Amino acid sequence: MLADQDRIFTNLKGLEPWTLDGARARGVWDGIAAILQKGSAAIIEEVKASGLRGRGGAGFATGMKWSFMPKPSDRPHYVIVNADESEPGTCKDRDILRFDPHRLLEGALIAAVAMHAHTVYIYIRGEFVSEAKHVQAAIDEAYAAGLLGKNAAASGWDCDVYLHRGAGAYVCGEETALIESLEGKKGQPRNKPPFPANAGLYACPTTVNNVETLASVGEIMRRGGAWYARIGRANNTGTKLFCISGHVNAPCNVEESMGISLRELIDKQAGGVRGGWDNLLAIIPGGSSVPLLPKDLCEKAIMDYDGLREVGSALGSAGVIVMDKSTDIIAAIARLSHFYMHESCGQCTPCREGTGWVWRMMERMVRGQASLEEIDTLWDATKEIEGRTICALGDAAAWPVQGLIRHFRPVMEERIRAARRKAGCA
Amino acid sequence: MSFCAPKDFFFSPENLEVAKKIMAKYPAGKQASALVPLLDLAQRQNGNWLPRSAIAYVAELLEVPAIRAFEVATFYTMFNLEPVGKYLIQLCRTTPCWLAGGEAIAQACQVRLGIKVGETTPDKMFTLKEVECLGACVNAPVMQINDDTYENLTPDGVVKIIDALARGDKPPAAFVTGCGGTCSCGKGKGGKC
Repeated sequence: MLADQDRIFTNLKGLEPWTLDGARARGVWDGIAAILQKGSAAIIEEVKASGLRGRGGAGFATGMKWSFMPKPSDRPHYVIVNADESEPGTCKDRDILRFDPHRLLEGALIAAVAMHAHTVYIYIRGEFVSEAKHVQAAIDEAYAAGLLGKNAAASGWDCDVYLHRGAGAYVCGEETALIESLEGKKGQPRNKPPFPANAGLYACPTTVNNVETLASVGEIMRRGGAWYARIGRANNTGTKLFCISGHVNAPCNVEESMGISLRELIDKQAGGVRGGWDNLLAIIPGGSSVPLLPKDLCEKAIMDYDGLREVGSALGSAGVIVMDKSTDIIAAIARLSHFYMHESCGQCTPCREGTGWVWRMMERMVRGQASLEEIDTLWDATKEIEGRTICALGDAAAWPVQGLIRHFRPVMEERIRAARRKAGCA
Repeated sequence: MSFCAPKDFFFSPENLEVAKKIMAKYPAGKQASALVPLLDLAQRQNGNWLPRSAIAYVAELLEVPAIRAFEVATFYTMFNLEPVGKYLIQLCRTTPCWLAGGEAIAQACQVRLGIKVGETTPDKMFTLKEVECLGACVNAPVMQINDDTYENLTPDGVVKIIDALARGDKPPAAFVTGCGGTCSCGKGKGGKC
């Protein structure tokens, strides 16, 4: 388990004030001028040394991503904070935004200096109205205290931070859709290449980072990349916010070491599975986009990028959705199919049409109104979407259904047989 | 409450100032970036829905083609292209809320209001909608009423929230149902609210 002194998110529960005074009491903004004066190369080296990987879901190495930004030129550089948190099961960034917004601003400023950006946009999902108020108030406080704006934090670097509210679209969490949306368009992902580091916002060099990623950077710079790299396992370092929802006794957001076992996370941090561990049916370990794990795999699952890949799932955004034996697992996944159908941006045919097909088939699977062979048809339908779209939403729609078929096919078959028996079929 | 679409829409003088501040966040020549925020501002001025005239007005203000603004207005789910009640109740329907009893919450709302999901009460006070994940899953089930998120809902609790709104009171977010100390109500400091 994570030692208290290694925690970064010390106001995750919102028990202390979120304002500048409260943030300073927690050590946020400490020594910021000295950190910024180290300069771009040294900051990026420190972040690389920490092993920090993107906390939004893809898990790309943050220092590496920053190093892709070109050298300063006449084109402006942009840093964008992805606060469009919408992945079902995930609500970690929300608690940073409303309870510790200065920690995010500090990280964003460090990132801006590292990547030669004078402008930061924080793109927050539209539904987070009160969270946006906290972030805006924190921005205003930071400007008033000289931490942002001209000569930000006495660093000699000018940095403006602007808040931009979205208006309800899950796909805008995809970085190029987010950029499109920020340009005042429909949030439809772009083809890559060009990657945002070369042609992002307004066709200028841009890096998009998740809230939790950036909010971790201040402590990494203060305590050193080596400190961060000691937590967790090689290639999977640091602390991570886990959102534990569903059938546990105490659903919560909690900061833990990467590499904690799934069972320890559930038992020690979320009060255990409702009705005890043996009442567990399955867990979706990384937000709705990743395949579920049946109980036997939950028992050996390690909560980091590599650990979850070993059991055929992924860490994603670390939204841990727990389902006990009372759950209709087919209906649970059908709900997710409805989600992806609703959120498909409509740009790529396999996703636009396929997510609807998959949902309609899933609805019949819930009622058992299908033939046994149609389970294979459903599998094929997900394969027609997976890997055939511009962005990962198509994959995300396919994987939960594939996980269901892989691990719970007998349940689906029994549902169909039961429906046939009830209808008096042979 | 403007249930009839205004023939012409203009920002109020106060909102025009707000709009100019929003537009100033973006580089010269990139004012189209303000499209989503200004459509939101227009919707707020117009009783929480966005008539065609308001979309056209915002397009003109930002010098973008009207069709592009209309495209954007129809893409994002938070833009209401039809009138809604004074209180827009958005129930989260996605799996984490469903696991936590979301269907019972929807049922309680429908019984209390005498309408189905997707409908508005005859007195134009409440519109009931189901939406996808609101992003507060550890406090499921949740719903959003206008700008406020209500968490850890119970069937009795939502009826009390709706009763309070119908009386003209504004229940603070998570007031009725308790948040376990994680909401922003201020009462959770050090324990349960």
